[in-house]
Amino acid sequence: MSQRTSNTGRRKLLKGGRVVDPKHGRDSVMDVLVEDGMIARVDADLPIDGAEIVEVPADFVVCPGLIDMHVHLREPGQEHKETVATGSASAAAGGFTGIACMPNTDPVNDHAGITELILRKATEAQVSRVYPIGAVSKGSKGEELAEIGELHSAGCVGISDDGHPVADALMMRRALEYSSMFDMPVINHCEDPSLKGDGSAHEGYYASVLGLRGIPAAAESVMVERDVSLSELTGGRVHIAHMSVRGSLRAVRSGKERDIGVTCEVTPHHLILTDEDLSYDTNYKMNPPLREAADREAMIEGLADGSIDVIATDHAPHHADEKAVEFDKAPFGIIGLETALPLILDRLVHTGRVSMRRLVELLAVNPARILGLEAGGLTVGGMADITILAPNSTTDIDAASFRSLGRNTPFDGWSLQGSVAATIVGGKAVYVNPGLPQAAVFGDGQP
Amino acid sequence: MSVVQANPGTDSGRSVTLPTRLRSRHLLSIADLSREEIFVILETARVMKEIGTRPIKKVPTLRGKTVVNLFFEPSTRTRTSFEVAEKRLSADSLNVAASTSSLVKGETLTDTARNLEAMAPDMIVVRHGSSGASHLLAGVAGSRIINAGDGMHEHPTQALLDAMTIRERKGSIEGRKVAIVGDLAHSRVLRSNVLLLKALGADVWVCGPATMWPSGMARFGVTATTSVDDAVRDADVVMMLRIQLERMHGHYFPSRREYFRLFGLTRARMDLAKEDAIVMHPGPLNRGVEIASDVADGPNSVILEQVSNGVAVRMAVLYLLAGIDEGTT
Repeated sequence: MSQRTSNTGRRKLLKGGRVVDPKHGRDSVMDVLVEDGMIARVDADLPIDGAEIVEVPADFVVCPGLIDMHVHLREPGQEHKETVATGSASAAAGGFTGIACMPNTDPVNDHAGITELILRKATEAQVSRVYPIGAVSKGSKGEELAEIGELHSAGCVGISDDGHPVADALMMRRALEYSSMFDMPVINHCEDPSLKGDGSAHEGYYASVLGLRGIPAAAESVMVERDVSLSELTGGRVHIAHMSVRGSLRAVRSGKERDIGVTCEVTPHHLILTDEDLSYDTNYKMNPPLREAADREAMIEGLADGSIDVIATDHAPHHADEKAVEFDKAPFGIIGLETALPLILDRLVHTGRVSMRRLVELLAVNPARILGLEAGGLTVGGMADITILAPNSTTDIDAASFRSLGRNTPFDGWSLQGSVAATIVGGKAVYVNPGLPQAAVFGDGQP
Repeated sequence: MSVVQANPGTDSGRSVTLPTRLRSRHLLSIADLSREEIFVILETARVMKEIGTRPIKKVPTLRGKTVVNLFFEPSTRTRTSFEVAEKRLSADSLNVAASTSSLVKGETLTDTARNLEAMAPDMIVVRHGSSGASHLLAGVAGSRIINAGDGMHEHPTQALLDAMTIRERKGSIEGRKVAIVGDLAHSRVLRSNVLLLKALGADVWVCGPATMWPSGMARFGVTATTSVDDAVRDADVVMMLRIQLERMHGHYFPSRREYFRLFGLTRARMDLAKEDAIVMHPGPLNRGVEIASDVADGPNSVILEQVSNGVAVRMAVLYLLAGIDEGTT
């Protein structure tokens, strides 16, 4: 921690650059003054006043630190896949100043001891912030509620049995009621287990051609419809994890029209790939599976019109050996932290489907609001968590160079327009893009 | 190699010189074969079939070649058929069955393949319960891979032997009505047959309980129905698929009795087909479930001819993939 403190003692003036900060209605060329790791001022043409000047290239975007609210860190228990340290370093390299980590570790994060362990590891790593998500039920078995109050006290910002849907409707009802006392959302992986069966790909033409067992769209949407109804019943907040089909989006829209406390997220891969991309390459196996083109299109429309609140990666690292098997035997999931921003910039922003302002809402403002974090805006007096984007620089995805231990991505080798220039946490650059000479102004990025 | 003096010829009567190898290194899917390559295999199989009628049913064509039969699923018919085909061509065959393999000790398919590969076989014939398993092998092995059935995906040599049988009985496949009846969703025989029969111009009808239709069937280019009578009516070929009785547990159908009543091939139903229609089944049969015994054993049945042709087709595939003529003659 000493290094972070010593570096944040200085006054730094990020001069120039397009500040996109929808929480405070900012979208223009401005300066940001960082002092003692906090944001001191944000305005056009700030006086230098003895501060160290960091000249931000004019086409860079300076925005509140981005937050990925759906990440799997695998520690404790599966450190060969990812650790808190490698996962948070991966987050920093992906432009995320904060990540929320799912509780499906081994043991499950269902009591304060595990939460404290994760937080301690994150503090030691000194990169991006880690916000643990606690379990809904003990062992995520869906039988008894976890000690949600204690999890909240220990630092959990939401609860989820992610990976395991909260299948029992009564358990979901109680979880929503109980968590509302702590104003924490219940994040549900919506999927009816009996409809999913042993499916491994979206139930449709392409799975049929490949002979893969299907997971129907309705496996997800039936539970989203249920959860919207239960949120209405209880007043609790439900957040739909990695939504993938248009039936779910319809349910969320209808809930929002009735002012029910439902929010939702979608992953970059569901916004970019479809089941037509499927082969026996297990880097295309994730849950929910890649859906149809019409679903992808609906998700993109939902982003633009505000029905979808968040883009989250569902970063799910697996060891290469675990993925080098038959498709139906491979674990679900792909990594996403270090590919998300280039993909979103190239495929959604540069194509005009999503504005830069909307991007910041989806990746900073809304995840912070849903999880109740003091983040999501360049707030004077708040933590100087800042992401700098270089929307016009090219990123050549090279999985071998990832800071994540995972290499399981279908995007390896893709060339995309848009890069992360630097990631600043508490005033300290925890990542500076080594392939971007203009980004060197932010430091060396070595925490 | 003088063994295979294949007669030139195609379904349309054009005369061409038969190549002695295929473009692809492997036979993983019917989808990888061109129409011409299908004819090459079928014509080669016709020549191979003659070898099986000789007093000494053995030619030296694949002498010195090693073929591994790697079977992760129980199989009598297909494994034996490949083995007979390999022996008739004088290849050295090696059978590896799942129950005796390292797989039961937790070895991955990739590692099993690498270990076999270290012994430098020329070809690996693989049967596996996972769709795409033969693709996975092809990605790590230097040998040529023959897919002998992968999960619910494909069973290409079955479709080739079926096509051979239809051509023997019907002359050509083009324009023939072929009805395929049974568990459509889980059948690799169906997928390979649909691809092959459509490539050769058949009018393909498929029929099965609505619980057993693959998703997106409209895009397969077949006529789908739940009425066996409609499927069988005026058909030239009726191909029955084996129904797996354990499917009853997944709520696919209520009982054998009801399945037979709604979808079983009976004499009465066969009366709807053309008089000279042939009845096919990839085996093993569930008598009294998908097919009545008097139909399975009746005059229209070519089920045992399929088995004989299986050996010939597999000899042809082994021969063509071995690429024997390349640099050796």
